[in-house]
Amino acid sequence: MSDLTRMTAAQLAGLIAGGEASAVEVATAHLDRIAAVDERVHAFLHVDREGALAAAADVDARRGRGEELGPLAGVPIAVKDVIATKGVPTTAASKILEGWRPPYDATIVERLRAAGTVMLGKTNMDEFAMGSSTEYSAYGPTNNPWDLGRIPGGSGGGSAASLAAYEAPLAIGTDTGGSIRQPGAVTGTVGAKPTYGGTSRYGLIAFSSSLDTPGPCARTVADTALLHAAIAGHDHRDSTSIPQPAPDVVAAARLGATGDLTGVKLGLVKEFSGEGAEAGVTAAFRESVEALVKLGAEVVEISCPHFEYALPAYYLIAPSEASSNLARFDGVRYGLRVGDDGSRSLEEVMSLTRDAGFGPEVKRRIMLGTYALSSGYYDAYYGQAQKVRTLITRDFTSAFEQVDVLISPTTPFVAFPFGSRTSDPYQMYLADLYTIPTNLYGGPAISVPCGLSEGLPVGLQIMAPTMADDRMYRVAAALESAVGTLTPPEL
Amino acid sequence: MSTTVLPTYDDAVARYEPVIGLETHVELGTKTKMFCGCPTDFGAEPNTQVCPVCLALPGAMPVANRAGIEATIRIGLALNCDIATWCRMARKNYFYPDMPKNYQTSQYDEPLCTDGYVDVELDGETFRIEIERVHLEEDTGKTLHVGGATGRIHGATESLVDYNRAGIPLVEIVTKPVTGLGARAPEVARAYVAELRDIIRSLGVSDVRMEQGSLRCDVNTSLNKPGEEWGTRTEAKNVNSLRSVERAVRSEMIRQAGILDAGGRIHQETRHFQEDTGDTRPGRSKETATDYRYFPEPDLVPIAPDPAWVVELKAGLPERPSAKRARLREEWGISESDMQSVANAGAVELIEETIAAGATAAGARKWWMGELARRANETGVELSAVGATPAQVAQLQALVDEGKLNDKVARQVLEGVVAGEGDPAQVMAARGLEVVSDTGALQTAVDEAIAANPDIAAKIRDGKVAAAGALVGAVMKTTRGQADAKTVRELILARLS
Repeated sequence: MSDLTRMTAAQLAGLIAGGEASAVEVATAHLDRIAAVDERVHAFLHVDREGALAAAADVDARRGRGEELGPLAGVPIAVKDVIATKGVPTTAASKILEGWRPPYDATIVERLRAAGTVMLGKTNMDEFAMGSSTEYSAYGPTNNPWDLGRIPGGSGGGSAASLAAYEAPLAIGTDTGGSIRQPGAVTGTVGAKPTYGGTSRYGLIAFSSSLDTPGPCARTVADTALLHAAIAGHDHRDSTSIPQPAPDVVAAARLGATGDLTGVKLGLVKEFSGEGAEAGVTAAFRESVEALVKLGAEVVEISCPHFEYALPAYYLIAPSEASSNLARFDGVRYGLRVGDDGSRSLEEVMSLTRDAGFGPEVKRRIMLGTYALSSGYYDAYYGQAQKVRTLITRDFTSAFEQVDVLISPTTPFVAFPFGSRTSDPYQMYLADLYTIPTNLYGGPAISVPCGLSEGLPVGLQIMAPTMADDRMYRVAAALESAVGTLTPPEL
Repeated sequence: MSTTVLPTYDDAVARYEPVIGLETHVELGTKTKMFCGCPTDFGAEPNTQVCPVCLALPGAMPVANRAGIEATIRIGLALNCDIATWCRMARKNYFYPDMPKNYQTSQYDEPLCTDGYVDVELDGETFRIEIERVHLEEDTGKTLHVGGATGRIHGATESLVDYNRAGIPLVEIVTKPVTGLGARAPEVARAYVAELRDIIRSLGVSDVRMEQGSLRCDVNTSLNKPGEEWGTRTEAKNVNSLRSVERAVRSEMIRQAGILDAGGRIHQETRHFQEDTGDTRPGRSKETATDYRYFPEPDLVPIAPDPAWVVELKAGLPERPSAKRARLREEWGISESDMQSVANAGAVELIEETIAAGATAAGARKWWMGELARRANETGVELSAVGATPAQVAQLQALVDEGKLNDKVARQVLEGVVAGEGDPAQVMAARGLEVVSDTGALQTAVDEAIAANPDIAAKIRDGKVAAAGALVGAVMKTTRGQADAKTVRELILARLS
């Protein structure tokens, strides 16, 4: 039954609903695959074999009783370790939360359980979702299934790699500056950042509250849409959650899969075409644009003049919020505590705990954010960055008056070898150059595989107006129908 | 500094002018916390009223409590403030173990209410205290240091934290600096806090109990020589009674005058008011201001009260307590100081309702301010929670007026009411406390008393009417206090005349 791991979520759900495979068989196949390959990939920080088999057995029992099952019932899923899962270790890949088991589920996890999905475990990531390569995990990096010597993208490298390694057909990621899309691009999988507020953040360990967005990852656009639909929608526990019905992304993906884009206007972001990107990335992107045109789409070049300031604005806003969000990790209530031997003051214990518990990138951002928010610098940094954010939002608004969606490569370069960018944080930050504007604006964006460069996957990014998530799924599915999915090499 | 000779208060105010500023925190009486659904009951077992949100577990998120916002707006309106049409919560970042998130969700440059005033009356004179802002924030938890001799952190072996209070909505009311008060500054400060307390109590948004910390006051004081710039201020923290507000200002004025007289300078610092001595002791130095790194709270959407809602809330404000007191004082025919006692006891509404239920003003006041206030004090509960309702008190008074109960026995009936035995009439019947009005039975008791006390009877016959008291007492004893003393006395005198 090893071919069960090669199937899409939609196919698996069909087999289970039709009684051709049990949910337990499907879960077992994936758990066995994890056991076989994850030593080399290291996509998972924690595998919940027992919980997965129990959830799968529950689905089988419900089917046995003739209950109606949802479109993802029995389908295995991997969840990024930054999302709270009741009773299952949740560490955000940080030493400071080692062994912490949340007493509650994140809203999206509740929804996933209600949908009957089977959680396999928690995936590796950059510590507190800070990084673009998963090299900043306190528990060691994840390896890209396309080339184990290369990074799987970040911060959701574990989630993306679990898909590319056929360990799971679905995964949950979170996207603060590109952490779903960029790993999707470099692992040849699909990853969508929903509209900010379209998916609940309740239970997502906060990195940058005004940017963080949980979202779906899968190997096909249709699967991504199914997962998107399962987790989206208003949540009264998240004040920033949008109190509106979620767009019908599943229907949009179906429409797109027919391969007809007649009347759809695509905006090519001028600022993101060419300069700074690897030649292979640019070439794959251009070929894909031609494919979209063949499907009937019209392509217009659009200038978004403030996008070039997105990266610096992001690196003021995100660390500022992070410095505040991470203040709760002080060793007082949960997690790691260091130096509590009675000889030290409270301040010393907090300080020692944070020093031992946080890794270098997290410390770098806490310091950056603390500085940017401090009185005397607030206006010059944080305040200025917020103004840039407003200008970027205006760029998007005016662009969407002219076109339906914007397109660009997802990343300027393919998966890079480990260690090649860790010594220069700025080089690392460039990995999210094309994805960050969307987070500052709040709209949805998706990365879809669009070809290879030097044997490594390249992603194409589709950005849409807020709450027009369906629009980007239509284009994404059409692109997929034209260029196909990518198959990683055998591990 | 310890060698500084302290001037008298009169000397201090002769040489210096005080500037005061008050920051008052009011814990709102909402059923649930400001950003989660946890209950807010006072005195619950530690850490039993907590959830992932108010414990700041990773991933937990706040959602604002509409009742807290409404209460804040009503306070702002009652203090004549402008209400913002759009504002945001902010994060105030600092590390402290009783603050779960290590930032306090508060308001900074965008308060909900601004630019109001409170008129404070003192001996017929009115002082207008201007309000800078009224904003909404959340309370912190409480730290308990154990193992040491003093209960303070120094010498403690362990520190325990109770997060029940963490997240309870707190409204902060900040005055503008108040000048020109001269020697009256301490009294005005006290009267302001009293007025604020009365206003907030009348709104029903908080029980404003200083001794339980639901109303807490920080008092800023500075002195300057006439015509010169304002001096450096100090802040006395958590002053927990009206009397202490007055004492804190007074003692700080004297202390600062002593330092200035000696040519010293005042350090900007936080000081702790000492209930036992009435003075303040230094706390944290504020020479270098703490950098709280405020920024707009990204987890909460902005607050944009619908103007129509605000108009509605304004129309629904109760009569201003000072105006109401003046009106009721007139109606009840009592003095200003009696009225103040009624207000301090939280009895205004109770007495009003008792009168509405049919009692006279004097009757209503007598029970609430006498027997019931005493019980409330003894048991440490609010008068409104003492166990008797205005309707019951009115019924009790009616029974007295009808002659069915005498004063003394009425107290026993009230005891039964408070103990939950039922309405006064039921208690009276159940305990058999009705006045013995059967003159035949009384006459028998009188005759027995006369027969048992021939000496006293002889005195009375000789015209020493005052001696009748002893016989009245004897009759009351045999009737278990249920006779009307006046009637008994009349019967005795009639028999012996």
